[in-house]
Amino acid sequence: MVPEVGHFALILALFFSFALVVLPLLGASSGNRLLMLSGRSLSYGLFVMVSISFACLVYAFVTDDFSVAYAASHSNSLLPIYYKVSAVWGGHEGSLLLWVMMLAGWTLAIAIFSGSLPLPVQARVLAVMGFISIGFLLFMLLTSNPFDRVLPIPPADGSDLNPLLQDIGLILHPPILYMGYVGFSATFAFAIAALLTGKLDSAWARWCRPWANTAWLFLTLGIALGSWWAYYELGWGGWWFWDPVENASFLPWLVGTALIHSLAVSEKRGLFKSWTILLAIFTFSLSLLGTFLVRSGVLTSVHAFANDPDRGVFILGFLLVVVGGSLALFALRAPVVKNAPSFKWTSRETLLLSNNVLLMIIMITVLLGTLYPLIADALNWGKISVGPPYFNLFFIPLMGIICVLMVLGPVSNWKRTDPKRFVRVLAKPWALSLVVGLLFPIFYAEGYSWLAALSVFIGGWVIIGSLGDMWSKMRSNKSLRQGYRQLGLSYKGMIVAHIGIGVTAIGVCLNSLYSDLRDVRMEVGQVVQIEDWGFRLEDVYRVEGPNYIADEALVTVKHKDRFYREMKPQKRRYLSGGNIMTEVALDPGLFRDLYVAMGEPVSENAWAMRVHFKPFVRWIWGGAVLMAIGAGMAVADRRYRRRKSAPKKAAV
Amino acid sequence: MKQRLALFVPLGVFLLLSVLFFRGLFLDPNAMPSELVGREAPSFDLPDLLAPEQRVTEAVLKGEVTLLNVWATWCPPCRVEHPYLVDLAESGIPIVGVNYKDDTDAARDWLRDLGDPYIRTVIDASGRLGIDLGLTGAPETYLVDANGIIHYRHIGIVDDEVWEQTLKPLYESLQ
Repeated sequence: MVPEVGHFALILALFFSFALVVLPLLGASSGNRLLMLSGRSLSYGLFVMVSISFACLVYAFVTDDFSVAYAASHSNSLLPIYYKVSAVWGGHEGSLLLWVMMLAGWTLAIAIFSGSLPLPVQARVLAVMGFISIGFLLFMLLTSNPFDRVLPIPPADGSDLNPLLQDIGLILHPPILYMGYVGFSATFAFAIAALLTGKLDSAWARWCRPWANTAWLFLTLGIALGSWWAYYELGWGGWWFWDPVENASFLPWLVGTALIHSLAVSEKRGLFKSWTILLAIFTFSLSLLGTFLVRSGVLTSVHAFANDPDRGVFILGFLLVVVGGSLALFALRAPVVKNAPSFKWTSRETLLLSNNVLLMIIMITVLLGTLYPLIADALNWGKISVGPPYFNLFFIPLMGIICVLMVLGPVSNWKRTDPKRFVRVLAKPWALSLVVGLLFPIFYAEGYSWLAALSVFIGGWVIIGSLGDMWSKMRSNKSLRQGYRQLGLSYKGMIVAHIGIGVTAIGVCLNSLYSDLRDVRMEVGQVVQIEDWGFRLEDVYRVEGPNYIADEALVTVKHKDRFYREMKPQKRRYLSGGNIMTEVALDPGLFRDLYVAMGEPVSENAWAMRVHFKPFVRWIWGGAVLMAIGAGMAVADRRYRRRKSAPKKAAV
Repeated sequence: MKQRLALFVPLGVFLLLSVLFFRGLFLDPNAMPSELVGREAPSFDLPDLLAPEQRVTEAVLKGEVTLLNVWATWCPPCRVEHPYLVDLAESGIPIVGVNYKDDTDAARDWLRDLGDPYIRTVIDASGRLGIDLGLTGAPETYLVDANGIIHYRHIGIVDDEVWEQTLKPLYESLQ
């Protein structure tokens, strides 16, 4: 009964979203206030219906209702309760429902928080959100209904959630990543509404910015969580693989980053308007493309769990309507600039433009690398896959240039900057980071690495330079404290986020340069020595978990001949599916991780083991957390809420 | 006007991409064309599983269109595939088996218990023939014509769908 309620609620949600498209749009074109206002209540209705539906699916999982086909194939009565809940989005149908749930949530948020928008704009924004819901709801109801039953004879037990997904990282990763993906639907809706009304002013950009920043915040966290999960769960010790699905989440991040910067120019200077609109369309299109790539099985990947041409054709059709439609609208309606306000070479506009151009170049190279195998196959050039060397070749130098320019942006002024200003503010940070960079390899390890010096220099430049800019802005006031108070929250957020980039850059580079990875055969009693660290395999024995049995290795770690700790990696066999999984033993640290994973047994008492020493690996995700905090600070800036009451009064 | 036209560029690029996506949807990302397609099957000289004193060579593949099936008792999908191979053999399709890196006693028990669909089975204990075939794993099935030329490689289980849609049409066209 409950699953049928869920199914029915989903159908009602579809009706709500149809109404959400038609009524507010009719209202906006005829100037009918009542119809325009209906958008808000319809958004509530849509949210309630999708929530009921989602709750019903959760209920089916928690109560082990294996007559629901989706639950039977993704859950198991032995699963702990929290994995039963997260198993709801462990497969195709459920993760789509989660997508729609997020979309309804964002629609509701727009309906609640956009009171300051002129009514016709709000109505159109909500209608666009409704249109996106229609697509996803139809997709679910027609091709991937999570409430399908196995009747009359339901299976006695479910076939279990993929053990790879039985993990805290994977409980959180999809919802947060989807928050990011779906969040860019808000800026997309704003962009389409702007094209429809033809009103593209700085007020428009100001409305967009908090939404874009929020979406970017979640996307950043989602990607970082995914990378962290891959690091400790897949047992290879890597944290980024340039896998198509990873790229699918990274592409919207790149364009989204360009978007939040270009929005700044559009708000403050009224420039790059069409470009900003285009970026808003691109960002959401790439989110949809990500969904298409993952869900259709067009590209093979460890992540892709649906491989069904019917679904692919539907998503492609939907993509064609949404992206093709919005790009056509853009081509017809985007403003053609007649006489743009001018700006000089040394202006902030130029720097932000170069940020955008570089990010777009990176995006295009990553997109090409991701799609090239598909293009080659479609054109019968044979099966090709593009490996990490290709991505690194472009990504690392371009990112380096971005890092160098990133510090100049906040220092510069709109229109034009006196070059002397750059020197005055940044000469000391430049010198300081240069010294730190050059000295670092001497003290850190034997053998001087110029690449390490360069990476620490560039990463340090971003961190120290950003702080230097903040320092100079604080100092221009009477007291430092007052100077600090006078800086806006969004400015501080930007500084924090930029520092995050520097931290991540240092983490990525030093980790790649200094990691010591040993994949060795270890017998009981044998020691593997990595610098000061000695790893001794003491014993291998059997342990039992709630839904698996495992071989566990006991490894004692010594640091400079002093006992440091025990590490216990496992090789698990899950009872229901017979899947084998490695459970990595980690000793995390601010400057290094120790990483031990079990491989296959090689002989009677010898095992293949991975013993890794990973310097600065935490910095990679720590930087991402800083970026997210920075984005959060920018969203919280009062500047974006001040004008809330005024237009409302005017409307009444 | 020129500027307006430039605004159509993103749309054009997108439409071009969608055509590629559409084609991509109907390609099987798992289909791996073999280097060996169109070439002669690698030569071998290996013992027969059921009569180890006899040697079997690539000559066994010649004379009629044959399936060459690589299997092992340690491979669960092979067990799934096996009954279908028995059906095929009963309908008169000649299949040559390659028992790949296996325990020969277990392999003999397997054929005794589950039925023997193969006209001959060779023991590839060292995996040498597997290397020559460019094997990615078991099971794998090759379609070889009467002259010993490989025409198709299928990775994974041969079932009704694979046979009816892919292998059978090829098999018949080679007759």
